Amino acid sequence: MASETRDIIVNGLWKQNPGIVQILGMCPTLAVSSSLVNGLSLGLATTMVMALANTAAALVSRLVPPAVRIPVYILIIATLVTMVDLLMHAYLLQLYLVLGIYIPLIVVNCIVLARVEAYASKHGAFYSFLDGLMMGLGLSLVLAALGGLREIFGKGLLLSGLDLAFGPAANAYVIHVLPNYQGLLLAILPPGAFIGLGLLIAARNRIEEIRALEPRAVSLQPQQAD
Amino acid sequence: MSEISRNIKLTALALLGFSIVGAVLLAGTFDLTRAPIEKSEREAKIKLIAQVLPAGSYDNDLVKSTRPLPANPLLGLKKPGAYYPAKLAGKPTAVVLEAVAPDGYAGEIKLLVGILPDGRLTGVRVTAHSETPGLGDYIDVAKSPWIRQFAGKSLDAPKADDWRVKKDGGKFDAMAGATISPRAVVKAVKLALDYFARHRAELLTQKVRDGQ
Repeated sequence: MASETRDIIVNGLWKQNPGIVQILGMCPTLAVSSSLVNGLSLGLATTMVMALANTAAALVSRLVPPAVRIPVYILIIATLVTMVDLLMHAYLLQLYLVLGIYIPLIVVNCIVLARVEAYASKHGAFYSFLDGLMMGLGLSLVLAALGGLREIFGKGLLLSGLDLAFGPAANAYVIHVLPNYQGLLLAILPPGAFIGLGLLIAARNRIEEIRALEPRAVSLQPQQAD
Repeated sequence: MSEISRNIKLTALALLGFSIVGAVLLAGTFDLTRAPIEKSEREAKIKLIAQVLPAGSYDNDLVKSTRPLPANPLLGLKKPGAYYPAKLAGKPTAVVLEAVAPDGYAGEIKLLVGILPDGRLTGVRVTAHSETPGLGDYIDVAKSPWIRQFAGKSLDAPKADDWRVKKDGGKFDAMAGATISPRAVVKAVKLALDYFARHRAELLTQKVRDGQ
């Protein structure tokens, strides 16, 4: 059973990563990843929805008539997303204003319905929760990496906009990665998102390629430790 | 036949059940968050308006004293907007107008323009825009102090001909290569001052007629 847990984690974060392997949920990935804080916040909001939606769908899967399962799943997801939307509006107004329409749009992010339909409807509540959590975190990592890259190359900063979530005091944590940097407009504008995502996918594929070429190097390591 | 109709009924009932549970959850969350949402929106709005007013120049509740402003070409308002009278001990100390610069590089630029009773600007802030990030967005005070140069200016100083960016022969700074956004803002602020000059008495006594 422990291997099941391990598989779910590896699938979500690496093997089946929704952002750079399944390439699902592109609209928010490309639109919101203009900075690390924006990308990570939308990623975490999506993660929360995915974990809860998967759990809820797994718990009620026996009550759902097969003919209307998609409407029921959408109903569950839409309810959860609206709740997240209201809660963010109430307690994180600045961030809510930045993420704007992309919070309600989590409803139609196909990765959420895809995991509910493909995984949660056939598995128990615990593993479904874990699957939603890990798939969401996988997406968050991609969003954070893409946002961070675009922010560094576009503005020479990292963590700008942190004050939106934690108040003006957080401005002290903004890192000037490249001092006196003039900025690269391309990285901030939408093309930068496509190029950045392409580079991330390429980097992942390259790593997989290298690992496939040198399987022995990996398996030999424990023996060298002797 | 009865098997099918039974199935349909069960399906419909299940869907109904899920809808009811969803509706109850949403109603509960809505009820729980309504007060905090109102509170945080109010605070955000006050913070925004307070930016264009000198500290300590008013003691009234700016959000509560919001007054409607009819649609008006001088202010660029295609739909009715609002203005916020600031008062200290009951006496008018300034008026904050909503205005729109319709000719930004990427659409409308929404502004708040604070004006003293004598027609001098207390400050101008951009509240919403979609200018190019890193290029035209220096009109936003979060990106650069450019917009602060309006404080203290009025229709007489500089003269009407000088209400332009320097590139067009006026008195207002603008960054080379990105003059469209500041040009739109300068023009909109000048027009807002014109509006104030024409409606000064009504604005200060809060007698602006609704709907023209």
